[in-house]
Amino acid sequence: MAWVNDIIQGILLGGLYALFAAGLSLIFGVMRLVNLAHGDLSLLAAYAALVIVGPLDINPFLSILAVMLLLAVFGYVLQRGLLNHALDAGPLPPILATFGLSVVIQNLLLEGFSADSKGLDAGRIEHQAITLSDQLAIGWFPLITTLTAVVVLLGLSLFLGRTRMGRAFRATSDNQQAAQLMGIDNRYLYGLAMAISLATVAIAGVFIGIRTTFSPSVGPARLIFAYESVIMGGLGSLWGTLVGGMLLGVAQTLGSHLSPGWGVLAGNLLFLAVLAFRPQGLFAKQVHE
Amino acid sequence: MSLLELADISAGYGSFQALFNVSLSVEEGETLAIIGANGAGKSTLLKTIAGLLRTAAEKVRFDGRPIGDLPAFERVSLGIALVPEGRWIFPSLSVHENLLVGAHSRRTGAWTTDKVYELFPLLGRIRDHQASSLSGGEQQTLAIGRGLMSNPRLLLLDEVSLGLAPIVVAELYRAIPAIAASGTTVLVVEQDIGQALKVADRVACLLEGSVALQGLAGEITREQISRAYFGM
Amino acid sequence: MSRPAVRVERHTRASRTALPAAAVVVAIAASVPLWGSSNLMKTAVSFLTLLALAQMWNLLAGYGGLLSVGQQAYVGLGAYALWALSERAGINPFLAVPLAGLIAAIIAVPTAALAFRLRGGYFAVGTWVIAEVYRLLVINISWLGGGSGVSITSVGRVDRGTREVVVYLLALAVATGAIAFAYVLLRSRRGLALTAIRDDETGAESLGVNVFRSKLWVYIISAFGCGVAGAVIYLNLLRIQPDAAFGLQWSALMIFTVVIGGIGTLEGPIIGTVIFFTLQQVLSDYGTWYLILFGAVAALIAVWAKRGIWGLLVRRWPVDLFPVRRRLCLETACFPEDDSAPSPAGDAEAGTIRQT
Repeated sequence: MAWVNDIIQGILLGGLYALFAAGLSLIFGVMRLVNLAHGDLSLLAAYAALVIVGPLDINPFLSILAVMLLLAVFGYVLQRGLLNHALDAGPLPPILATFGLSVVIQNLLLEGFSADSKGLDAGRIEHQAITLSDQLAIGWFPLITTLTAVVVLLGLSLFLGRTRMGRAFRATSDNQQAAQLMGIDNRYLYGLAMAISLATVAIAGVFIGIRTTFSPSVGPARLIFAYESVIMGGLGSLWGTLVGGMLLGVAQTLGSHLSPGWGVLAGNLLFLAVLAFRPQGLFAKQVHE
Repeated sequence: MSLLELADISAGYGSFQALFNVSLSVEEGETLAIIGANGAGKSTLLKTIAGLLRTAAEKVRFDGRPIGDLPAFERVSLGIALVPEGRWIFPSLSVHENLLVGAHSRRTGAWTTDKVYELFPLLGRIRDHQASSLSGGEQQTLAIGRGLMSNPRLLLLDEVSLGLAPIVVAELYRAIPAIAASGTTVLVVEQDIGQALKVADRVACLLEGSVALQGLAGEITREQISRAYFGM
Repeated sequence: MSRPAVRVERHTRASRTALPAAAVVVAIAASVPLWGSSNLMKTAVSFLTLLALAQMWNLLAGYGGLLSVGQQAYVGLGAYALWALSERAGINPFLAVPLAGLIAAIIAVPTAALAFRLRGGYFAVGTWVIAEVYRLLVINISWLGGGSGVSITSVGRVDRGTREVVVYLLALAVATGAIAFAYVLLRSRRGLALTAIRDDETGAESLGVNVFRSKLWVYIISAFGCGVAGAVIYLNLLRIQPDAAFGLQWSALMIFTVVIGGIGTLEGPIIGTVIFFTLQQVLSDYGTWYLILFGAVAALIAVWAKRGIWGLLVRRWPVDLFPVRRRLCLETACFPEDDSAPSPAGDAEAGTIRQT
């Protein structure tokens, strides 16, 4: 029964990872950009929430909209001011630029907020659970997180599948120059993609901040979880990312069950196994040339 | 005033120059064919008009307005559409979605998805197919239909016949008079002289990056074209 | 019957003076133990090992096109190999340094088998994940000291003064070795293949270059270099903590140093290391601001001055101190005419107008 509980907790944890990985998946899909600062940006969101929540004394959930807006604007400016130019310059510059950004954000947070762990307090909801049996309980907060992830992914796929801009995103992903010939301004579109990506990162950042304490140095580890979810699920597949995140979550909870130190390692090893035996990921969207 | 005026255009890629001082004008409503051998600079010329290659603003005038320095996407909203060589359809989108993306610029006019399906019934039959599954002829048809969706004043067609069976090419060329009749100015670039001459009001021949011959389609002889084409 | 007067020129005016000058610099550096303080040598060890790491990353990314963010794996493995060989196997710690590099290189082979399945940005994060796996494995294996790390005590038997001198000379050897090796490698046939891959991977493949094998070799060599450098670094520090030894900060230092100095040149990493050390010393009172500045400058340079500081210098004063390319010379002229540093493909001017 303990195993079943572990698996359920792992799936719910995976929802959080998927919520966090969706933005990474989106911008890779649209502009083939791997954002190495993704994890640090989620911390930026958590600290932004901290700054908003503190003086107003409100529930961190209420800060989410403001943080989303803040990061979306930041993402748009970052894309148009720096990363669009990096994308023009070849394959190396975008990766190097986001890596530089990662170190800059991490150390700015360190200077601004010290290395001490911080947390967002969402009140009683964090500890309430639906008890199914002695050993089986589903926490309200993990459940809300996973539902939020599903809603965000659903929203993203509706946007991509049904709207004019969503079609433009997919067209640009297929062939950027051809998209320009349709009147699509790819620089604006990339800015929009980064804004959306960081808005989802903002949601994820606040949720993770409520779930666990955080310090400026944990960004890179988070990037890795998001990245593993995306690759395991298969590049370009949003729902694959959800499954990838859940697999990672289950591997981690089962690993921790064996030995407390093995959680993250088990997730990494599962990822390497997927890479070795199914490098295209589990739900890779068919690639067309 | 001509719809499109090109003045003294030189362009190329890196250290390779493809066009040398090309000047050309296109009148509203006419169908102009630009013919020339491989490497004569035809595609480069179309890219310069469409904005995939940029130049000094006043070297390209559209409806009197200097546009040589505008990016491609801005020229679409002015009414220039390029159907590129190689078609460049969006493989992961359906046929219908490809057409909808073609209308991204929201230019209004005669062309809608219904009108395109009317002109090319073939596309209507496969509207929900994923574009990656299309044959070469279907892709080319879709590319032209998609170009029409932006309701262009000037439609640029690059090597429509390339790699297609003659019967498919003939089918596609039958649509051009209908397009021209809707008021759209058409500029076709072709290696296939026969097809080009059938639809064109006027012909310009490019040879090694320069205009070697210009004239009304009815007044130019085959022999003149051959000479301009091969540079003899 | 005279042979056509064509020859392949592989030196430049500047390089003929640069090589003797480099020899003089190395000789002076080698004399430091005779006159330098123990503090100077300790600082010099971190300078020289960073220089070696930067050269290794430059070889990997600047020439092999392999943008790894996981070379800290080999710094850590080199450090732990040093510890295992000297503390557990009883091998002389100084002799254990090259062996540590060898162990890192051996581990690099299966690692590459996995990492090479990924491309571009995903290769970068993939190498990073693998470095994390090594860190977590070390932490979870109690034989290797677990999360709190291990100490290298066997060198305690060597007198402190001697130890410092030997460690310093090892670091000097590693740094000069890295530069000399890269220089010789790039001037060899294999180096020509690498440069071709750097400039145009598909083109190189079509000319018969085995791209995969060339990249694999560069990856293994780089792992060896990072392993040796890691061993020397921890021979200097004497205390290995897994979080630090496998820390991402090694990648940050290597990458920023090379990017700022000038990627894809041998001079770049040297300049970058000098700049980093100067910045670190000047801003030492201001916490991590040197790192913020360094990261920001690297990001900006990566986007707007792809050839780095060295590239900017060369544009102004055309010199090529370590020429690794060939020039074709006829009786009266050489091609390319100037003997300045080459501008690799993908430079700004080539990028303005490009088809598809």
